[in-house]
Amino acid sequence: MSSVSIRNLQISFGALNVLETLDLEVQEGEFIVLLGPSGCGKSTLLNAIAGLLDITEGQIWIDGRNVTWAEPHERGIGMVFQSYALYPRLTVEGNLSFGLKMSGMPKAEIARRVLEAARILQLEHLLQRQPAQLSGGQRQRVAIGRALVRNAKVLLFDEPLSNLDAKLRTELRVEIKRLHKSLGSTMIFVTHDQVEALTLADRVAVMHKGVIQQLATSKEIYQRPINRFVAGFVGSPQMNFLPGALVRRENTTCFRLRDGSEVNLADYVFSRPFADGQAATLGIRPEQALLRPSEHQHPDRLEAVFTIEEPMGPDTLLWGTLAGESFSVRISSDQTPVIGAKTDVYVNMAQASLFDEAGDRL
Amino acid sequence: MKQRPIRWSVYAGLTPAILIVVFAYIGTIVWTVGISFTDSRMLPVARFAGFNQYIRLFGTERWLTSIQNMVIFGVLMIGISLVLGFLLAVALDQRIRAEGFLRTVILYPYAISFIVTGLVWQWILNPTLGIEQTVRGWGFESFRFDWIIQKETAIYCVVLAGVWHAAGLVMAIMLAGLRGIDPDLWKASRIDGIKPWRFYWHIVVPILRPSFISATVLLSLGVVKLYDLVLVLTGGGPGFSSDVPAKFVMDYLFQRQNIGLATAAATTLLISVLCVLTPWLYAEYFRAEKRKD
Amino acid sequence: MTAPETRIRSVPMGEGPSGPAPKSLSTARIGIYAFLFISALFFLLPLYVMVVTSIKPMEEIRLGGIFALPTTVTFEPWVKAWSSACTGLDCRGISPGFWNSVKILVPSVICSIFVGALTGYALSFWRVRGANLLFAALLLGAFLPYQVFIYPLVRIYSATGLFSTIYALVLTHVIFGLPVMTLLFRNYYAGIPVDLFKAARVDGGRFFSIFFRLMLPMSIPMLVVALILQVTGIWNDFIMGLTFGGLANRPMTVQLTNLVAPTEGEIAYNVNMAATIMTAAVPLIVYFISGRWFVRGIAAGAVKG
Repeated sequence: MSSVSIRNLQISFGALNVLETLDLEVQEGEFIVLLGPSGCGKSTLLNAIAGLLDITEGQIWIDGRNVTWAEPHERGIGMVFQSYALYPRLTVEGNLSFGLKMSGMPKAEIARRVLEAARILQLEHLLQRQPAQLSGGQRQRVAIGRALVRNAKVLLFDEPLSNLDAKLRTELRVEIKRLHKSLGSTMIFVTHDQVEALTLADRVAVMHKGVIQQLATSKEIYQRPINRFVAGFVGSPQMNFLPGALVRRENTTCFRLRDGSEVNLADYVFSRPFADGQAATLGIRPEQALLRPSEHQHPDRLEAVFTIEEPMGPDTLLWGTLAGESFSVRISSDQTPVIGAKTDVYVNMAQASLFDEAGDRL
Repeated sequence: MKQRPIRWSVYAGLTPAILIVVFAYIGTIVWTVGISFTDSRMLPVARFAGFNQYIRLFGTERWLTSIQNMVIFGVLMIGISLVLGFLLAVALDQRIRAEGFLRTVILYPYAISFIVTGLVWQWILNPTLGIEQTVRGWGFESFRFDWIIQKETAIYCVVLAGVWHAAGLVMAIMLAGLRGIDPDLWKASRIDGIKPWRFYWHIVVPILRPSFISATVLLSLGVVKLYDLVLVLTGGGPGFSSDVPAKFVMDYLFQRQNIGLATAAATTLLISVLCVLTPWLYAEYFRAEKRKD
Repeated sequence: MTAPETRIRSVPMGEGPSGPAPKSLSTARIGIYAFLFISALFFLLPLYVMVVTSIKPMEEIRLGGIFALPTTVTFEPWVKAWSSACTGLDCRGISPGFWNSVKILVPSVICSIFVGALTGYALSFWRVRGANLLFAALLLGAFLPYQVFIYPLVRIYSATGLFSTIYALVLTHVIFGLPVMTLLFRNYYAGIPVDLFKAARVDGGRFFSIFFRLMLPMSIPMLVVALILQVTGIWNDFIMGLTFGGLANRPMTVQLTNLVAPTEGEIAYNVNMAATIMTAAVPLIVYFISGRWFVRGIAAGAVKG
């Protein structure tokens, strides 16, 4: 049984359809990330799951119960906001117990739950502090604690790391992952940061204009993006896109670039049939382009000219042009590239991606 | 040349302020306090009289009544305005249609002079002209609403007019405060299952403490200076039952020609304001110093 | 770009509710609208009474019913109030008061705002010994009741021959407006980056030249706020106009009290109310036009400490 089931969901504001016929199944204990640019509908979806938004059509099921019309507090969920939204004038203990107190739960039970949550989240020594006196990580844990004391099975995260500086972001990201391991709750996490998505998720749902483009593991999304949008959104620096056409030869297929050079697609696995001469785009990730041919398969050779070198520590990024398109390559820092002159670039086609004119993967 | 030339232009620019503070503020205060220790009647006289004026002052029933009225007015007007203004702000924050129109309607009294306020409410509260007469005209023959001409209740009419004038200001301050609250806080409370009124009482009110303090300070300014409204609404009457200290001073200064008594009254007012202000300012200054660390 | 439908497993909708939850107009919401409606009536009541009474002929007023709508509408009370009603011995209506108020308003507003801006500027950007003390003294002055200052000021004005002139009133408004004006501008200038000021110094600017060429033009938003506050405050002032204005310079508010003072014969309530509306008109119009700026002014004045 899935923990969260979104069925045929539609959310419209007036004439604007933010989400349309959206389906999503989240397994119990799974960590799902909703990833996408601003305005793609990921926050809307999360707020709808929480019950904070009205939906236009469809159903939402949590833990086998139809909660489409249920109030947020009846859905068995907890939510962590971008600003954490801790009650400012209450202590940590006050924050954890406030909701329970208001619902009339007996004091002993409240105390028990608060202590248990504090133990799990290592907040015991902070119970008497106020939110203003806590660090970012501690605040995040209190926000999660509020959900735990209500025995929430599903935790929703609305871009909790987006406001933080890079260092804190990395720290708290690891904390969230650690928590997921120890708690085992179902977690739905919204972010626009693809690094967060890839590192935290069991599965990633990449969203664009209200539609889930691809729902798969981080590995699958990265290595076999289902369309050009996903390919370009995930991965930094962005995947290199080379326009051209597919050419059928006697027993093999080739890809002809705009400058006339060709690469052999024998190692590429096609998922759909294609026509001879069909226009297509070849996608090559910066780290998939090598300056030296590798021993295993038959990497195809292309010519590029690099003008800018960016040493980044363990890796170096090279920026230049290939077949008239801008092209970037990531190499290990112990290599010495040639700047300014024509350089050979080798690509393993098994790793590359091909997209048709509509942008879908071939 | 190591010495920096004294910037005369800056002092020139500050001259009006300095002159005003020294002469118009400090100078006049010293003069007023000084007169209160003399026997002056119509004109200032340099005959030292010790605390005579003050003794006479606090033996005057009219003065005691006026002080009592100021306290009643202050407590009631500020209290009711704070509650009403807060409730109005909360109501307007609920995504109401016609919010802009309602805000305009609630706040416009603040743009109206106290004279106009007093005159209109005097007519409305007048038993033969206003509410009492109208309700009686609807058939309720024995309806009474003659507070304004009764000794015990006249001051409450002043309170009513004061609330009408000030509630909009409180609402504006509270609404600004409410709009500054993190909207995610409201969402979090919905997920925690907290009822709206509890949310406002336990979470919002403590957050808005600075707004409440701002509003109270602003309204308090009006309490001490209260003159125009009383002059026109009740004339301080019936008798002296709705008199207030500011009116007492003005009357004794310019009508009853007893500046000794009047300045004693003014000085008393001054000292009471200072007594309330100084601890508060000191605390604010202290907090500002702490924040600097 | 479309998402391939086959990639995501679609589960058919189960039984139970789907789509938007039914919305009932909860009692809470009805209560809120009722509360706001009643409050609006309370606040509108005086305005309604003023307007309605001022356009009723005397026959209807004699009938009583201050809240009744007029059956015949007449603007004669307005004409009378403006030009022929009696304020004491003078029967020229309230129009002299109007023009007096204008005569008082314009110089007072200009001077008080100018001095406030200048003082705020000096205290914000220039290091002066005793600046904080001066500012504290100013603020303290704002809290103290007028009565403490009034008598000595009367004496000073008499001695200098300013008593009962416009100059006395303008000076008075500058004196009593200085704390709030300084506070407003000081707060405003605190928000302007110091680097701008430093750059002006480097470019050779001096105290007054920086003020007139740079700061004052930059202060337009705050000038508007100050303008609104001062126009409202000075136009609505009564006590200063009464005490320092003398017979020749009575502002409209003082004239109004004389106009509505009970005389022999019957009281012309319609004329009185018309005069009242006229007195309230200027700040009210400023309020309706400026709307948001007015609120901003209150908020700016409310930022104390």
